[in-house]
Amino acid sequence: MINERRTVLQVKGVSKDFGGLRALDDVDLDVKEGEIVALIGPNGAGKTTFFNCITGIYTPTEGDVNIDPYGGGFKRINGMKPNIVTELGMARTFQNIRLFPSMSVIENVMIGCHCRTKATFLGAVFRDPGTRKEEQETILKSYALLQELGLDQYADELARNLPYGAQRRLEIARALATDPFILLLDEPAAGMNPQETAELEELIVSIKDKHKISVLLIEHDMKMVMSLSDRLFVLEYGREIAHGTPQEISENPAVIKAYLGEELVDA
Amino acid sequence: MEGLKKSVLASLWFMFLTLPIMGVFVNTIDKSVTWHLDRVLYVGAAAFVLSYLWRFMLERKERGMKAEEQSAVEKVTLLNKLLANPKFFWPAVIAVAGFAIAFPKLFSMYQVNVMTSALIYVVLGLGLNIVVGLAGLLDLGFVAFYAVGAYSYALMNMYWGISFWVALPLGALLGALCGILLGFPVLRLRGDYLAIVTLGFGEIIRLVLENWAEFTHGPSGISNIARPEFFGLAKGFMAQINFMYYLMLVLVVFTIFVVNRLKNSRIGRAWQALREDEIACQAMGIDKMKTKLMAFSLGATWAGMVGVVFAAKTTFINPASFTFLESAIILSIVVLGGMGSILGVILGALVLILLPEYMRDFSEYRMLIFGATMVLVMVFRPQGLVRDVRKKIDISAVKKALGGVHD
Repeated sequence: MINERRTVLQVKGVSKDFGGLRALDDVDLDVKEGEIVALIGPNGAGKTTFFNCITGIYTPTEGDVNIDPYGGGFKRINGMKPNIVTELGMARTFQNIRLFPSMSVIENVMIGCHCRTKATFLGAVFRDPGTRKEEQETILKSYALLQELGLDQYADELARNLPYGAQRRLEIARALATDPFILLLDEPAAGMNPQETAELEELIVSIKDKHKISVLLIEHDMKMVMSLSDRLFVLEYGREIAHGTPQEISENPAVIKAYLGEELVDA
Repeated sequence: MEGLKKSVLASLWFMFLTLPIMGVFVNTIDKSVTWHLDRVLYVGAAAFVLSYLWRFMLERKERGMKAEEQSAVEKVTLLNKLLANPKFFWPAVIAVAGFAIAFPKLFSMYQVNVMTSALIYVVLGLGLNIVVGLAGLLDLGFVAFYAVGAYSYALMNMYWGISFWVALPLGALLGALCGILLGFPVLRLRGDYLAIVTLGFGEIIRLVLENWAEFTHGPSGISNIARPEFFGLAKGFMAQINFMYYLMLVLVVFTIFVVNRLKNSRIGRAWQALREDEIACQAMGIDKMKTKLMAFSLGATWAGMVGVVFAAKTTFINPASFTFLESAIILSIVVLGGMGSILGVILGALVLILLPEYMRDFSEYRMLIFGATMVLVMVFRPQGLVRDVRKKIDISAVKKALGGVHD
């Protein structure tokens, strides 16, 4: 079944050097339409660097990042600016929450709509019917997204006054506002308790189905990763040591070694 | 009690420090020493009162800030509350407008002239407010664009006899163009680096104007710049000055209108987001360069435009009018008034330009008072005279609109 699906994101042999340090070494990864893929690995394995490389914040030293959002053939996006990458349909969240703290919650989401709207300087000054309509649509779309993520009661508050879990959800709402074909989540469950994590899991599945998008996530919570994702990729010291279904990964000796250390494998 | 002790210590320390200057007078001719201990006591008393007051105010301010943090609600000042109330807002606007229109009838020519310069600074402040207040780019060379506007009119008038009304939009356009030209290489920089480079740019423009003597007449400047013709309506010197005033008034209203609309638009939102987090902003699909460049060139547009007005008003310009001090004053207007706040910047401009003007009687202490005012405002109201309050999105209206569709 999975094999019939179209690949939307294809990463081939990506490496990234920081001076003499090779943070990523020849990493391959692919995400298919409507799939939830997880990227796991111990701390410092290069997961966030990988995210930064494919979203244009860093330019990979070697390798290709190709996307095919709508089945029209692959497009290479290495070295494109982050805003272009987002416009092409890859939206991300950040490990350390990066909201716009002194803007209201709904305004944060409206920023996400920026690259899908067109109002220019002249439109802003003359406030012609087209601009007003666009602004109104932006507000309605943002509010609908807030409702979907259960944040509508906070719409008017400043983003910095939100509880932690809500801030995480707001980042997802903001990313969704860019109309992505793939959502890249960097440790969405970090700092959440088990109940919040379970809720988040449901949320991710429902978003994926409703918006018909793929999800690529970095996560440490093994329980969540195993139950949520269709496939996993494992990184260690910048190298990819395994990939496969959750079942395969949980039995892979290299992964167990990476996570638990050598002696336990022998024991 | 603790505060009292500290104040006593401070006053003793001050008395000790000022003793040699204030208290001891040595007469070298008849080799005698006179003691003026009473003066030292005055110093001590003043230091005590001031230090006590200072501590009291600081404490009050900190308590206020703590309360604000705890309540997690943005404190709305009385002024902001009044402004949000249409019952107060519109009469206030009408009163101010009426006063502004009647101003030349009520006051002398001198006052009108002073007010016109103040209005020029209002527009400059609002222009810089786009760059510094809305987009958060620290620009220390803003006066360069003002110079570009002023010199473009002066030179075009001198060489080709171009009239004021043609030069006004051209000056604005040239300002914008310079903003873009400077912006391209410079806007990759952030914060302090940007400030230094813009500072350098401001100096470059001034030095070029000063040294390119065969074209700009160098330090001696350009004189006899034509005053604007108000379609034959303004006859005589008085009428000219009044017309100049009204022209500035119209420009101020126009600027307020445009800046206000920009602020509450898609672009204004992008500026605000850029100010808060550049990386997140880019990750949300906002083109950093384009957005910054737009802020920079829009700010420069206003500077170029009032530059033309300035040249026409004074009929004489030279590079000395465009020193770094001017940039610093315009920046002070924005910071003192309240970054991002339109009303704040207007108040800031009026305070900083009119106060030194009316304090000419104490001209020796003018800069001292100016400096002290700045320090006091920054310590006790770091957000400026008027805090910037963004227009809220009307959630209840959104609910109603959505309710009509879904429920």
